[in-house]
Amino acid sequence: MITQFRDWDLNRHAYAKEWKERTGGKVMGYFCTYVPEEILYAANILPVRILGSHEQNDVTEPHIFGMFCPFCRDCLAQGLKGRYDYLDGIMIAQSCLHIRQAYTSWTKHIPIDFQYYLPMPNNVQSPHATPYLTAEYIQFKEAVEKWIGKEITPDDLQRGIDIMNENRSLIHEIYNYKKMDNPPLSGEESMEVAITQQMVDKREHSVAMRKLLDEIAAGGKSTKNTSGTRLMILGSENDDIPFVRMVESVNGTVVTDDHCIGTRYFWNNVEPGEDLITSIAQRYIDRPACPSKDWIERTRIPHILSIAKEFGVKGAIVIQQKFCDPHELDIPAIIKSLNANDIKTLFLEFDVTVPLGQFKIRVEAFLEMLQEDDLF
Amino acid sequence: MSIPTYKTEALKSWNKAKEIRNDFYKRYQNAHENGGLRWAGGAWSFGAIPCGLGRDIFPITGEPYAAGIAFNKEFSLRCLEATERKGYARDLCAYMRTYWGSIILDEYLYGGKFPKPDFMWQDHVCCSHSKWYQVASELEGGIPTYSIDVAVGPYNSVTESKIDYIVAQMQDGIEWLKKTTGREYNDDLLIEAVNNECRATSAWAEICMYNMAKPAPLDEKTMYSLYVLGTLEKHSKIVADYYEELRDEVKWRVENGISATKHERCRLISDTQPPWGFLDVFRYLEGFGAVSVGSLYTFGLIGVWEDKPDGTWGPRTTPAQKGIKIETREQALRILADWNLSKPEWQHFYSPHLKSDMMIKICQQWQVDGVLLHYNRGCEGLSLGIAENRLALIEAGYPVMAFEGNMGDEREFDATKTMSRIDSFMETLGMKLINQ
Repeated sequence: MITQFRDWDLNRHAYAKEWKERTGGKVMGYFCTYVPEEILYAANILPVRILGSHEQNDVTEPHIFGMFCPFCRDCLAQGLKGRYDYLDGIMIAQSCLHIRQAYTSWTKHIPIDFQYYLPMPNNVQSPHATPYLTAEYIQFKEAVEKWIGKEITPDDLQRGIDIMNENRSLIHEIYNYKKMDNPPLSGEESMEVAITQQMVDKREHSVAMRKLLDEIAAGGKSTKNTSGTRLMILGSENDDIPFVRMVESVNGTVVTDDHCIGTRYFWNNVEPGEDLITSIAQRYIDRPACPSKDWIERTRIPHILSIAKEFGVKGAIVIQQKFCDPHELDIPAIIKSLNANDIKTLFLEFDVTVPLGQFKIRVEAFLEMLQEDDLF
Repeated sequence: MSIPTYKTEALKSWNKAKEIRNDFYKRYQNAHENGGLRWAGGAWSFGAIPCGLGRDIFPITGEPYAAGIAFNKEFSLRCLEATERKGYARDLCAYMRTYWGSIILDEYLYGGKFPKPDFMWQDHVCCSHSKWYQVASELEGGIPTYSIDVAVGPYNSVTESKIDYIVAQMQDGIEWLKKTTGREYNDDLLIEAVNNECRATSAWAEICMYNMAKPAPLDEKTMYSLYVLGTLEKHSKIVADYYEELRDEVKWRVENGISATKHERCRLISDTQPPWGFLDVFRYLEGFGAVSVGSLYTFGLIGVWEDKPDGTWGPRTTPAQKGIKIETREQALRILADWNLSKPEWQHFYSPHLKSDMMIKICQQWQVDGVLLHYNRGCEGLSLGIAENRLALIEAGYPVMAFEGNMGDEREFDATKTMSRIDSFMETLGMKLINQ
């Protein structure tokens, strides 16, 4: 059922190159999911999130001090190795300091036609964040218009919003199926759907999701075992499909997540308002927060608990990219809250390459513990 | 090669600086005795704003407090380990972990229990800033906390909407302060504090300018003890007055050829906070006749600068020097926001290339022979982009020695290896220990 998504994931660069050739459009590489893709779709630009390749890193040491997270170094490595050589532009929406370095080194060492640093506010709990972000979006829109040599009209913006909203709504439908006992998709499979949201033209992706939903509605079901212990994964950026596959191979079933590849990315839609740019800004202010923006109130904890309850989660695997300060600052409080709500946790520290053998032993022990709970 | 020898003498105002620092921590500790209030926040927080609540409002700033602990290795280790036992990662900001440890242990560096603040007042440009006080508040059982996001991009791209965003948060903050403390707010006190802050931070830049002289009147190890006053209370009259007094003394030292070190034959700059428990590194350098004349960190963490018409870097002209009289709250807040946004150490949060440009400018203007880059595992904010700074400095022709360490966690600093690296670096610069 998910062959198309897996194919896109494995051949992401070939897809983007083919898309460019087919459409004649520009491709924008972006760091961090706070980038307002609505504006890019309005400009007929394909947004592609820069992700790593999970290989040993041998090119970024001169550029990023080793105490910064492996993900940001892995992302920069892809640029330095020329794997994103088809990009026309590169941008970032301000989030954590780590990923920012991948962007700033990229702009210096990899020639590119267009670059943009979007100062996404951190105080998303302030009532002043939306008007400020709206002003930043207007400036960004103007920069894009200058670059593409064409005005982005209100109709274009509405189209961008519709494309994004439709795609988010469809993946919600897919995730809804994961609330069922023995869901029709495994965690690995739904991750394939989620990850490809960030690299494939949303219009094509939505067509594929609709087809998938039709298949599920017609009784289609994963060939994988999905009756394992219901788990949630949460924490730092995580696109490690082999890890999820390993977890599910030992009788765990990942039913939901709080990751920026996953629910944090698609959770909320742009709600219609008087001004389209303001509506887009409001969407990014209201979305489930990255820990770097989750202050002074902790909004992540009630959100995570609510998802865990909604999806019938038994245990949570808390993932942290090594050196990821924002998540390190949240993890103790999140673990405490999950445990207080009878959701046991397993903490794992990730690097670009994951020691699957060692993690498998820990995951098995964790699942055994959860299964004993069922017994007694 | 003959070795230059210069007159040296201790700073006349040295004891006064120590006194101001000690008083600061005592005033915070004893604030409640006379009905005053305590607040806690970062060294970069807009400390001028709580001043409007009265003259009996006393802050403690987290970074210099933790740096002080780092110098006390026994207490430092206990603080770090207390935080780790609570489940916090070892690679988080060392100041933050140390500060939390002092709360967890309920021990104040200056004796007694950790004095609980009445409120927390922070700003946010680094990922850890607001989260620091979010956790501190939780550890202290829920202290009211307010934080202002200042991460609106570099000063060269400031727009009215960016200032509006910061000022609106400040205005809300004043209402929050009134509600939290139950006090009235006095705009005159705010205006006075803003003028003091501009005066103090510009005067510090002026002091740093005198270090362009050969021989340098101050060495960086001494500067650490002086710039710190700005990290405590940059908005206070005491600090602004002291910096003007110090400026006059440093000027006098230049005019009279008083050097920071006996022999100066090689001028260096460093970068980021030093490993506070190992400042003897700087004394070791002196043995070679090498003096660190400052850094972007000592110059620009608190000092506020501007580009002068001739392209050089100099102290930013204060509103008072421009003949601007601050008359309203809104005007004071806008000036405060704009002033702080131009702080050199805030620029690299958006691009290491801006920092490289400033460092190269310092190298040129202060006639620097080499750069010591502290790859500081204790501070993600100031180590941000440091590897790109290294590449840019080398490209600009400046010899660079990088060493890894941690400003506040001595477990991550290898003193012997660093000294040995200094030996090699000095050799590449053609320097030998003078007493050999």
